[in-house]
Amino acid sequence: MPVPKTRVMSDRHVLLLKLLIHGLCLFFLLRVYYLGFSDQLGGDPVKAIIHFTGIGALNLLLLTLAVTPLSRWSHQGRLVRVRRLLGLYCFTYAAAHLVNFLTFDLQFNWPLIAEELTERPYIVVGLCAFIILLLLAITSIPPLVRALGRRWKLLHSWIYIAVLLVCLHFTWSVKADITEPMIYLAITLVLLATRGRQLRRPFSWPG
Amino acid sequence: MLLKSKQSYDLTEAAVTDEAVFYNRRRLLQQMGFLGAGSLLASSASAGLLDFFSSGDKPAGPQFQQAPLTSIRSPYSTAETMTAESKATGHNNFYEFGLGKDDPKANAQGFKVNPWQLTVSGAVNKPLQLDYDALFAPELEERIYRLRCVEAWSMVIPWVGYPLATLLRQAEPTSAARYVAFQTLHDPAQMPGQGNRFLGGGIRYPYIEGLRLDEAMHPLTFLAVGVYGKTLPPQNGAPVRLVVPWKYGFKSIKSIVGIKLVEREPATTWNISAPNEYGFYANVNPQVDHPRWSQASERRITRGGLGSDERIPTQMFNGYGEAVADLYAGMNLRKYF
Ligand code: HEM
Repeated sequence: MPVPKTRVMSDRHVLLLKLLIHGLCLFFLLRVYYLGFSDQLGGDPVKAIIHFTGIGALNLLLLTLAVTPLSRWSHQGRLVRVRRLLGLYCFTYAAAHLVNFLTFDLQFNWPLIAEELTERPYIVVGLCAFIILLLLAITSIPPLVRALGRRWKLLHSWIYIAVLLVCLHFTWSVKADITEPMIYLAITLVLLATRGRQLRRPFSWPG
Repeated sequence: MLLKSKQSYDLTEAAVTDEAVFYNRRRLLQQMGFLGAGSLLASSASAGLLDFFSSGDKPAGPQFQQAPLTSIRSPYSTAETMTAESKATGHNNFYEFGLGKDDPKANAQGFKVNPWQLTVSGAVNKPLQLDYDALFAPELEERIYRLRCVEAWSMVIPWVGYPLATLLRQAEPTSAARYVAFQTLHDPAQMPGQGNRFLGGGIRYPYIEGLRLDEAMHPLTFLAVGVYGKTLPPQNGAPVRLVVPWKYGFKSIKSIVGIKLVEREPATTWNISAPNEYGFYANVNPQVDHPRWSQASERRITRGGLGSDERIPTQMFNGYGEAVADLYAGMNLRKYF
């Protein structure tokens, strides 16, 4: 098949890409629950599913952050239209991660939940990141985007803070070797570096 | 006889039945020659860098061969519901074979346990050199112990072996002996984690552990050469490992080649790695939290998938306080954690 030199993404391409994202994200999420409930996730399915959804959420967060630089670099303006979807799946995986922790690990032992959520530094950091993701997910509903106007951009630039918090959460959660979280941190810093001066945005509350 | 004598532990009718049925079936399968079949079927999955894209299943290579062992029952066994063999042998912290809980099983199947050399040396009148067969010479008992990991999960595992004291008495510790130092095999060719910090987590190898002499001589302190009625698989510390049921799992050092009687408190691997998180004593203690998580309760892994294990309160000394609390009379267990 001859490949045209400059191929601009059409609306159909965007639609196909969105379908692909839906398919992959849902497939892996449903699959890990299927494996978990049917006891095919190794000796401790609880830890396995917490790790899977945690890493999944971080991967999706980084993909979300990669969309803008990728679209600029490849001159594919329409690519940014998948950003919201990736962001929402990141939130979905993060929510599943939290629910797994509360349901299967702490098993709704409320005193223990209260203790862990307030006293364990790495959990507190994860919770802060989750609250930011929650706010971003809620305010990604189109009417709210319009209503927020300029403040929407500011609020959504908090994703930069969220991703750094997640890297800290990850690093703090491991027992010995921090190579893997450091690789994630490096990727995060590269993606943030592409933002340049925009990185100051989270701290510039408009009058 | 397969049923354990009943202890003063809580137990429900269901738990006993469950265990007995399970256990008889295990023995039956074993006698019929289906050794290892269950572990071949157990699939594995871990969460790693690439797991988002791949299934995480590892190819099943040649299986390590375990031999059946006969043993007598022990009054020290608990009657709580046992952990499924596939879980106890598929979920291991043994960084010598990788950081993931399913790595040891995946990476250790080719591990050579025979020939083996275990030396008992230091402050003893009769230093010992035990080869592979000598490890199995003392009378073997089966002890079903609770195992509490410092990561706040626990299992109930039927070990086969003998009290460490049996071996130490043969060596005749001198009056200078006050502590016992243990060492795991150092063989980076067989244990990839020892040669590569990305696989081995950057802790210092060989793995070393230690006990006070009175702890080491305690009748509950056990040297295991088998589990679930068979010789140990490599991921559980073949051919010989320590089991100290009232301490966090990391004290129970695996694949031991050296036992040395010494005068001073020996260094221990996790204490070197993170002294504020892991002490020399590492007694199970629900009142002293790990700096990063609570130790007040634990998730008991028995069998089944998501949602089948229960969170239960952690007991002081892992429930063995009646037998061991005296060892620590007058000690501040918050300071000596
Ligand atoms: C209230 C919010 C959160 C809670 C309670 C929480 C809890 C946890 C727990 C218990 C672990 C496992 C630690 C271990 O035992 O090894 C973990 C690991 C992790 N979490 Fe979270 N988390 C939260 C938010 C997040 C968010 C928002 C993300 C990403 C977007 C995230 C990403 C991760 C990652 C990447 C890991 C490491 C997984 C691994 O070691 O394989 N977490 N978290």
